Amino acid sequence: MEKKKLKQHAINREWCKGCGICVEFCPKKVIELDRKEKVIVVYPEKCIACKLCELRCPDLAIEIETE
Amino acid sequence: MAVKDYIRERFLPHIWCPGCGHGTVMSGLIRAVEQLGINKNDMVMVSGIGCSARISGYLDFHTLHTIHGRALAFATGVKLSKPDLNCIVPMGDGDALAIGGNHFIHAARRNIDITAIVMNNRIYGMTGGQFSPLSGIGVNATTAPYLNIDNAFDVVKLAKAAGATFVARTTTYHAKQITDLIMQAITHKGFSVVEILSQCPTHFGRKNKEGSAVDMMKRYREITTPIGSKKKKENPDLIERGIFVQENNPEYCIEYDKIIKKAMKG
Ligand code: SF4
Ligand code: SF4
Ligand code: SF4
Repeated sequence: MEKKKLKQHAINREWCKGCGICVEFCPKKVIELDRKEKVIVVYPEKCIACKLCELRCPDLAIEIETE
Repeated sequence: MAVKDYIRERFLPHIWCPGCGHGTVMSGLIRAVEQLGINKNDMVMVSGIGCSARISGYLDFHTLHTIHGRALAFATGVKLSKPDLNCIVPMGDGDALAIGGNHFIHAARRNIDITAIVMNNRIYGMTGGQFSPLSGIGVNATTAPYLNIDNAFDVVKLAKAAGATFVARTTTYHAKQITDLIMQAITHKGFSVVEILSQCPTHFGRKNKEGSAVDMMKRYREITTPIGSKKKKENPDLIERGIFVQENNPEYCIEYDKIIKKAMKG
């Protein structure tokens, strides 16, 4: 399979419940929780678009858009 | 279609607690249907009662939210009258194997083409943390403050012995495997059971000092291993993941059709 390149993280802040699952298991430590305990993208350039955050998020709050 | 096309967005954010594994199961299930390219109008979901059962409210399939433990009985009726629909029954451990235990074994015995997903968090979440038939010995629950002394069912062994023709297990940590196993379970012609270990941080986690949802998922990574792995041989206590049973036996709706034809001939 061809490697996909990240376009952007589509984050739904209203649905995110700040559980931290995506943050903890991101292999590249791209995302963090902000002061409101919502997910934010801190190092987009490090993202390998593996989608693990999207697949594990219990709240369908994060989607990896690729080019 | 995108994941969002399969959900009733107006009902989200969903009711589940932060970090509840059931959301990950729902996400994996949607992706399975999407990857199989099944039209959502060809999907029917029948659920019973419990946190897990709420999933039927969020999915834009034909959905029925029925009564505690009886989802498989309703699903059997739906499937017999509309055998072309893909029928999925999501259940919690209590719903599936306490009050619903009888329906579970008989649906398996008939080998009716239904996909049962057992979202196993080893506790009754919705009603406040009572132990279930999957809690097992030593678990702390509202109804077992001095720790539970009941043995747990092994869902895989039970389903297999009762006659299910596809039986698999994974966890919410292994999100890709959720989709893979549900895809195979849906495609399988016969009764399929997919057990998914799914964390309830609010009740099970808190009472049993297993920490946050993240900690509970790390635990799933540690206590499970692929079927037949070297690790399993070294540590027999590990819980196996993967497909345990995959066989072809006569399917109930097809056999029932044959009876109808026979009877019509007189
Ligand atoms: S796609 Fe992978 S690398 Fe990128 S943020 Fe998500 S988990 Fe991290
Ligand atoms: S996994 Fe989902 S709900 Fe949890 S913090 Fe990440 S985006 Fe938010
Ligand atoms: S009580 Fe437990 S199972 Fe129910 S929504 Fe909360 S975490 Fe999930």
